[in-house]
Amino acid sequence: MNNRSIEIVELNKRYGTIQAIKNINLTIQTGELFGLVGPDGAGKTTLIRILTTLLLADSGKASVNKLDVVKNYKQLREQIGYMPGRFSLYMDLSVEENLAFFATIFGTSIQENYDLIKPIYSQIEAFKTRKAGALSGGMKQKLALSCALIHRPKVLFLDEPTTGVDAVSRVEFWEMLKELKNTGITILVSTPYMDEAELCDRVALMQNGEILSIESPDELKNNFPHDLWYIKAENQYKLLQILRTWEKTYSAHGFGQSIHFVSQDSQMKEDEIRQFLESKTCKIQRIMRIGASIEDCFMELMNQPKKA
Amino acid sequence: MRVILHLLKKEFRQIFRNRIMIPIIFVMPIMQMLVLVYAATFEMKNIDFGVMDADKSITTNEFVQKLSASPFFNLKATSNNLDEANENLLNDKVDLILVFPENFEKNLVRDNKAEMQILINAINGTVAGISQAYLGEIIAEYNKQIIAEFYKTNVGVGQNIRIQAQFWYNPELNYKVYMVPGILVVLVTVIGMFLSGLNLVREKEMGTIEQINVTPIRKYQFIVGKLLPFLFIGLFDLAFGLVIAKIIFDIPMVGSMLTLFIMAFVFLLVVLGAGLLVSTFTETQQQLMFVGYFVMIIFILMSGIFTPVESMPIWAQKFNLINPMYYFIAALRMILLKGSTLADLQYYFYSLLVFAIVMIWLAVWKYKKVN
Repeated sequence: MNNRSIEIVELNKRYGTIQAIKNINLTIQTGELFGLVGPDGAGKTTLIRILTTLLLADSGKASVNKLDVVKNYKQLREQIGYMPGRFSLYMDLSVEENLAFFATIFGTSIQENYDLIKPIYSQIEAFKTRKAGALSGGMKQKLALSCALIHRPKVLFLDEPTTGVDAVSRVEFWEMLKELKNTGITILVSTPYMDEAELCDRVALMQNGEILSIESPDELKNNFPHDLWYIKAENQYKLLQILRTWEKTYSAHGFGQSIHFVSQDSQMKEDEIRQFLESKTCKIQRIMRIGASIEDCFMELMNQPKKA
Repeated sequence: MRVILHLLKKEFRQIFRNRIMIPIIFVMPIMQMLVLVYAATFEMKNIDFGVMDADKSITTNEFVQKLSASPFFNLKATSNNLDEANENLLNDKVDLILVFPENFEKNLVRDNKAEMQILINAINGTVAGISQAYLGEIIAEYNKQIIAEFYKTNVGVGQNIRIQAQFWYNPELNYKVYMVPGILVVLVTVIGMFLSGLNLVREKEMGTIEQINVTPIRKYQFIVGKLLPFLFIGLFDLAFGLVIAKIIFDIPMVGSMLTLFIMAFVFLLVVLGAGLLVSTFTETQQQLMFVGYFVMIIFILMSGIFTPVESMPIWAQKFNLINPMYYFIAALRMILLKGSTLADLQYYFYSLLVFAIVMIWLAVWKYKKVN
């Protein structure tokens, strides 16, 4: 295949005694919106930092746009955009000065690539003389994205771009990513939020430095191997306690106002659950079969014994 | 080159936008000049002394009067016994005590010799030493006078070797002439090492280095862009400090200003390199301040800015072989006071040049974009 944008083979990185990433193999196609999903400490940032030439792997190979991240790092830096998890633009420079600075560093200008950043930058252009440090979280994020895009990169890396951003800005941000994807740019985005994973073309679920699965969100959900029950009771805590002590329980996790329950018995009927819970004096409000969410899949993958 | 220009533009923009920066650049030299030069002086004035005169003779009285007449010594207390005199010394009422034993005059006349005692508060060793030296001179003078009077001739005096000291390059032993170049060196060092180091480490602390590191900016471009502004500011502040020194203290400037600035340029390369080096192994501005302060205090105190290197122990003098401030302060004084040329200063110039090369090489080698 000649439209591979990112290729990672057997990548390892260790910090002291902690194995940050273990034997990562991953291929991302050109134009894909790819999500790295996992909790803090899963190795998402390490992987992104290796791909953006900021960190050297201990072993394994990685290339972006067919450029090796170690050997061809100079050329590669011209072609990638990176938005670190922490806001890292100059707080004491204005919006426009920041953008112009990064444009000139890449030997371009704001005007030259204005069309690409326009949908994003136009939202903050009214504040272009304001210092970056005085912007709100959502505006900072838009500025950071504009700066990462100003040199028209072929691949864009976003490290937890929506962490610490309000819900409305998060939705807006993903809208912007969808729009960017339409321009043909490859996007690798990491996030700890499972709901955001649904918006990606494909996601890699990561845990403790390993990739648990690489699938599209739909495949992932369809491949959930169990019947999943949604149970809601008056006393949520009590319900969870009862389910966790039941010998027929495979798994029970709290999801907001409800419990997601999987039985060990794949033939389990609603009545049986209801009877058991009522025998334990638990007042049930609702029981129903539901389809798995990404988070259910993640929980399932995390609990699975390691494949040999 | 174009990238460096853009970096410089950004740096200067940030420097002048930093509220504390302008005061540092303009107020610091003025303050250092006005406050430190006046305060850090070894000149002796107003030494208070006490007398415990058990003899109460014409000779002792005459001697005390002679001492009081000198501009350096003020008679503060006369005591009748040693305990009282010691009390005055203890209470800081006097800095030194002259003790004349009984029969001082009688012994002098009869045996041609008499003994007296001087008690000096030596908590401040420098003051004590200088007081003693001044006092010694006055006593020697008085000695001669007595000999002359007793023999009614100049016999003794004529046979002595007379010392006629002449102080070259600073004829009036004006302490400010000695201090000002020292203060200028401190100024240039602070700017070169701290401001550049802080600026570099701030990029790390704020995380902005991450964004810079993924750009195609080369290591040398980034470093040049970071250090050059402080080279300019350092040279500017040196010029500014020299103007103040000329106007307020009328410091002699015998040598060529070009020579002075060539030396300053090389010295600034050394301290900028030091700032860069410290910034590579510190993560926050606070850490840099501590490390930098520690290094600078040692180098300043050993360099001979405040105390003559020649009177330091041998190991300390050896240490100064690796102290760039020692070379710069020596060169600066030689240029300003003696008018030494670059050819005279070859040793200092090449030493500083070696420091500059080693320091910058080390710093650049330790500075990494990737970890």
